[in-house]
Amino acid sequence: MNRQLLSSISILSRRTIWQRSLYARAAVSHRRNVSFYNSDVAGLTEDQAEFRDAITEFAQREVAPRAAEIDRTNTFPAGMLQDLWEKLGSMGLLGITVSPEYGGLSLGYLNHTLAMEELSRASGSVALSYGAHSNLCVNQIHRWGTEAQKTKYLPDLVAGKKVGSLAMSEPGSGSDVVSMQLRATKVEGGWKLNGNKFWITNGPTASTLVVYAKTAPEKGSRGITAFVIERKFTGFSTHQKLDKLGMRGSDTCELVFEDCYVPDENVLGPLNRGVEVLMSGLDLERLVLCGGPLGLMQAAFDYAVEYVHDRKQFGHPVGTFQLMQGKIADMYTKLNASRSYVYAVAKACDQGKVSRRDCAGAILYSSDRAVEVTMEAMQMLGGNGYINEYPTGRFLRDARLYTVGAGTQEIRRMLIGREFNDEFKRRSA
Amino acid sequence: MRPTAARLLNILVPIKRQVRTVDYAVKIRVNPDQKGIDLNVKHSMNPFDEIAVEEAVKLRERLKDKVKSIKVVTIGPPKSLETLRTALAMGADSGIHVELAEGAPPPEPLGIAKALRAVIAHEQDGVDLVIMGKQAIDDDAGQTGQMLAGLMDWAQATFASKVEVDTEKKEASVTREIDGGLEELRCRLPLVVTTDLRGRRLTASVEPRYASLPNIMKAKKKQIVKLSPEYLQVDLTPRLETLKVTEPAKRQGGAKVASVDELIAKLKEAGIKPVAS
Repeated sequence: MNRQLLSSISILSRRTIWQRSLYARAAVSHRRNVSFYNSDVAGLTEDQAEFRDAITEFAQREVAPRAAEIDRTNTFPAGMLQDLWEKLGSMGLLGITVSPEYGGLSLGYLNHTLAMEELSRASGSVALSYGAHSNLCVNQIHRWGTEAQKTKYLPDLVAGKKVGSLAMSEPGSGSDVVSMQLRATKVEGGWKLNGNKFWITNGPTASTLVVYAKTAPEKGSRGITAFVIERKFTGFSTHQKLDKLGMRGSDTCELVFEDCYVPDENVLGPLNRGVEVLMSGLDLERLVLCGGPLGLMQAAFDYAVEYVHDRKQFGHPVGTFQLMQGKIADMYTKLNASRSYVYAVAKACDQGKVSRRDCAGAILYSSDRAVEVTMEAMQMLGGNGYINEYPTGRFLRDARLYTVGAGTQEIRRMLIGREFNDEFKRRSA
Repeated sequence: MRPTAARLLNILVPIKRQVRTVDYAVKIRVNPDQKGIDLNVKHSMNPFDEIAVEEAVKLRERLKDKVKSIKVVTIGPPKSLETLRTALAMGADSGIHVELAEGAPPPEPLGIAKALRAVIAHEQDGVDLVIMGKQAIDDDAGQTGQMLAGLMDWAQATFASKVEVDTEKKEASVTREIDGGLEELRCRLPLVVTTDLRGRRLTASVEPRYASLPNIMKAKKKQIVKLSPEYLQVDLTPRLETLKVTEPAKRQGGAKVASVDELIAKLKEAGIKPVAS
């Protein structure tokens, strides 16, 4: 026997790589891990469950394998954005609430929230861009647009040939959004826009943008109008993309308007009554975006609970130690309680009963829970939670957006409290 | 059964709902019998049959109007309807459900082949091409396609990775996977084709087709015809009796050796003779 050959074999047979490779391989092999989404408690109809299953398959195959790379490079891989957007389009995801005559599915807000949730579970940042496109931009044009505007803009947006965006916030107007300074001055045949918008999701890539501007500054909140802006309008430009803590890959930037000419036919909704367009849009935006925290919580929970049953210390899987059992229980209950509230509000909205306090309440509650759950998931991974090769850091960084995006927690709390103040003011009047 | 005289292709795709509870694309790390897992019930189609449906739809993309219809058929309990719906969402035109009672014994390949023969006879427009998976992943029998071709006295091309059809000549050119590599067959229609995996891995568009939401919604309106084994006059009673099912013997643990000398000693003990070095 060749002694040297045998000794080299015994060296090779020593295990050198730990389970890190298992997780890396999982991402590459396109086999997905089990999810503990509780369909019984979710209370979906058969149609809704089928709808969700189809999106799960799409998201896990097309989006999830790329999520880590998108986050690491803070960008969609070259050429991928257009591809992915068209794939979302042909899947039917970009026009869920839109009427079939513009290529949509004419389904409800619960369906849209389910789509948002499943995409978030695959990638928080892709889902955020998706939400901004499909709800903030597309749904607003669908609700307030004239026939001409809908026919002109919706088909390409729904097919994924163009990316959509919405801009209300400014460097100086965040929570106090109606104090916005973007000025729209009347000129022959249209308007000239001057000013800036900030924190605009999809700003760098969008060709169609819904933008709110002051057409009558002296009227305060009653002087705002919504416009549909096209990237190619003269005077419109964007500053470079912002470097964010999370939601990396969902490009965000500042918009710059310098004598940007917008024709009259691009006024969206009634003149000077843009605040209604804005505020009513915010209710539905908050609802659909709840899918974000829900999906991220589910992803974090699924990952962490599997990890703690693989990881052994002191001869046992760490998931069997009582403190870990406590964490599992708390995460699971927070996730399902949030989901129940969100789905209930979505079903009410689908019945036409849109309640401002509940749309705000749903995202207030679920976004706070999401930060807690994703933080706990990181903790459950111990030292590995601190390493970027593991996804728990990304889940937390992505979840953190939802306490400030679509209104801050403070505004949401103020809004709900104020609604109740108004109830009693009316009664005692 | 006389195939259609016209030049248009009628394709039949038999599909099987797999009996496993957790779908094949999921990495099973938990006990598969656990109820807590989110089960994607739509993944219940035998994966080789999925490839068969895709192949039929791709044929239509290439031949366009020359394909008159793609019908999917399944023989199974009421739950099998879901599998038909998935196939309709993937692009089939209509479905046939030969419904068995809940709890009836699973039919065997010969029974299925006889039922398919009856379904084909029942088809007014005739069937020119049957495309099905080479085997089902629950029993791995791999017999139904061949038996069907035998019963119908049709040509058969099994383990196909590529299918091209010339409707003018009523011929098909099929590339088969065999142990030595790839074999190309030219067959006259009507034909039974069973599909293998490679067709999915090596074709230019490697992306598997999943049902888009608009297609899923359209599928709800597509027609499904329900038939019974009695109507087809087919007896599906099992003819085979399973005597025993056992897991493979557990692997014996290996032992660690301290040195190369000890390794050589153990190998000699096991009876391995050294070759002259």
